[in-house]
Amino acid sequence: MKCEELLAMLNEYVDGTVDPAVCAEFEQHMAGCNPCQVVVDNIRQTITLYKDGQPFAMPVNFRTQLHEVLRQKWKEKHPGGPAN
Amino acid sequence: MSFPILPETPDADLVRRAQGGELKAFEALTSRHEQRVFALAMRMLHQEQDAEDVTQQAFLSALEHLDGFRGEASFSTWLLRIASHAALKIIRKRKGLNTVSLEEATEPADSLHAVPHPEFIADWRQSPEHLVEQNEVRRLLDEALARLDAKHRLVFLLRDVEGLSVRETANALDLSEGNVKVRLLRARLQLREDLTRALGDPAQQLVKSHHHPE
Repeated sequence: MKCEELLAMLNEYVDGTVDPAVCAEFEQHMAGCNPCQVVVDNIRQTITLYKDGQPFAMPVNFRTQLHEVLRQKWKEKHPGGPAN
Repeated sequence: MSFPILPETPDADLVRRAQGGELKAFEALTSRHEQRVFALAMRMLHQEQDAEDVTQQAFLSALEHLDGFRGEASFSTWLLRIASHAALKIIRKRKGLNTVSLEEATEPADSLHAVPHPEFIADWRQSPEHLVEQNEVRRLLDEALARLDAKHRLVFLLRDVEGLSVRETANALDLSEGNVKVRLLRARLQLREDLTRALGDPAQQLVKSHHHPE
């Protein structure tokens, strides 16, 4: 496997969806190619950082407004419906 | 008669009850997913007012079209789909482009060969667990994300941050799975490149362009 081929398989490898035979080749390449190993580590770390990063908190005032707007719209859509 | 709404009540049950006219069920769905929709919109638009507009539009649209929702996708995927398209619409409007569609920028699957080779390769100085706590890192992440093309950013956010599968991401954005994979790879590589330039250890930088024999 060449570095370019590894690059093309990167998603599948990182997501754990790569074919076992290809996986073995992939790992064999990384064992002998430190830059590729580091790139794969970096990619995993990148995904982790974004996934585990703090989410943007929704402003409380906006939340109140959103629910009010939705209740209003709901009433328009369900005229005479039970006031639940 | 009204059944209680519990944290473990599945979305699908709440959807059916909302379709049957139960406002409380729809409100519960909104409360469950509003934060996620807002966060996606913020990461796409980097502007609170626009993110609020997208969030409101998404839930209004969900309310409007609830009867047509047949559960082919999960409710959250359906919502993220609506929110994604609303966010793209705002991005297009900002650019003054009304006709550019997500599909128009379709990349053939063979453009995998044109994926840029990593340039700055170095181990990071700290682990993600340490980095994630730091405010300056948060800004760095936002800036790197903002530098991505909208079409790459959206694929990365849905797949890697929201945890949709490749197929769900493809369905949400009306793209082929091949296209999602190419965009995801480009997004991951570009983010890696940007973050490694900032977080990598220069002392440990590896040769800039390496060619490994077969």
